[in-house]
Amino acid sequence: MKKGLRWILLIASIGSILIGVYREEVLTVLVKAINICLECVGIG
Amino acid sequence: MAKFKRKIVQVLTAIITNGYLPGFIKGDIYRGNLKRFCVPGLNCYSCPGALGSCPIGSLQAVIGSAKYQISFYVLGTIAFIGTLLGRFVCGWLCPFGLIQELLHKIPSKKVRISSKNPAKYSKYLILLVFVIILPMFVVNVLGMGDPFFCKYICPAGTLEAGIPLVIMNPSLRQAIGFIFSWKVFLLILTIIASVFIARPFCRFICPLGAIYGLFNPISLYKLEVSSEKCIKCNKCTKTCPISIETYKTPNSPECVRCGKCIGACPTQAICSSFGFKEKEERPKEIEIN
Ligand code: SF4
Ligand code: SF4
Ligand code: SF4
Repeated sequence: MKKGLRWILLIASIGSILIGVYREEVLTVLVKAINICLECVGIG
Repeated sequence: MAKFKRKIVQVLTAIITNGYLPGFIKGDIYRGNLKRFCVPGLNCYSCPGALGSCPIGSLQAVIGSAKYQISFYVLGTIAFIGTLLGRFVCGWLCPFGLIQELLHKIPSKKVRISSKNPAKYSKYLILLVFVIILPMFVVNVLGMGDPFFCKYICPAGTLEAGIPLVIMNPSLRQAIGFIFSWKVFLLILTIIASVFIARPFCRFICPLGAIYGLFNPISLYKLEVSSEKCIKCNKCTKTCPISIETYKTPNSPECVRCGKCIGACPTQAICSSFGFKEKEERPKEIEIN
């Protein structure tokens, strides 16, 4: 039972990552992360 | 020995994921391609040394962008790591967890809070409100939402990014105002609380710990208790920094997988394992008189 759920979750999470890559979400992450985040610092 | 091994892994992970030395020298951040990837723990991407992205910061960045409502990429990454490791990340791979543990080593009277205390649910509320709902719905004219958790709560951001950058970068120093003071206040509160309470931020605030916790009961990394060996002496509960009744709930969402209960058990009834298989318990022998 748990074994099946683990496989489903692993496959679904990999699928979800691939959908995100296809939708170019990675670019949004990259742009946010390579610029100093003013909200993290406490200025924004 | 196991305790020592865990500390080495924690320190090495903190050093490797924050290994961009020029950032600390120049008062700037790493701007390379590795930042496409999320690190497993709560590690601010605006820390001068950070080589990867913070999963919670990234999640808010995508949700708050004008283009997307939800992030398949970040949620998929967190779910993948969670399915493999659950909160093993918290006990072994998160720099902010390590910082709280080190603070708790400062000699003082310690306050134990039961793992059943309902305050533990506050981190789920913070996840829902500050990480998802507010960045999704409170948007500007361009349709962009702020990363509310980063902006108003996260003490990891203040410690790892805010303070070092403000010290080293004069233009940032000139821009600080009320929000910075508020975040420094929250950081000081977290530091003081960590001296007296084990991992207060992880237990009551952290949205990443909240998500990983949901995976604890099904993750490939798990704790198992042998009902044959367990004598219900409760030593595990007394040793556990989170006061979890390990012999009853070895895979509690609150467990950060520190392994202290494993070493404390007098009958070696608790063990950890990694894999798809559940340990098979031999049925108890029936005594026939
Ligand atoms: S402020 Fe906190 S949540 Fe935001 S990116 Fe930094 S560490 Fe992550
Ligand atoms: S609960 Fe959050 S801050 Fe604590 S160790 Fe886990 S990811 Fe890090
Ligand atoms: S149950 Fe065991 S592994 Fe989990 S937090 Fe408590 S002592 Fe650490």
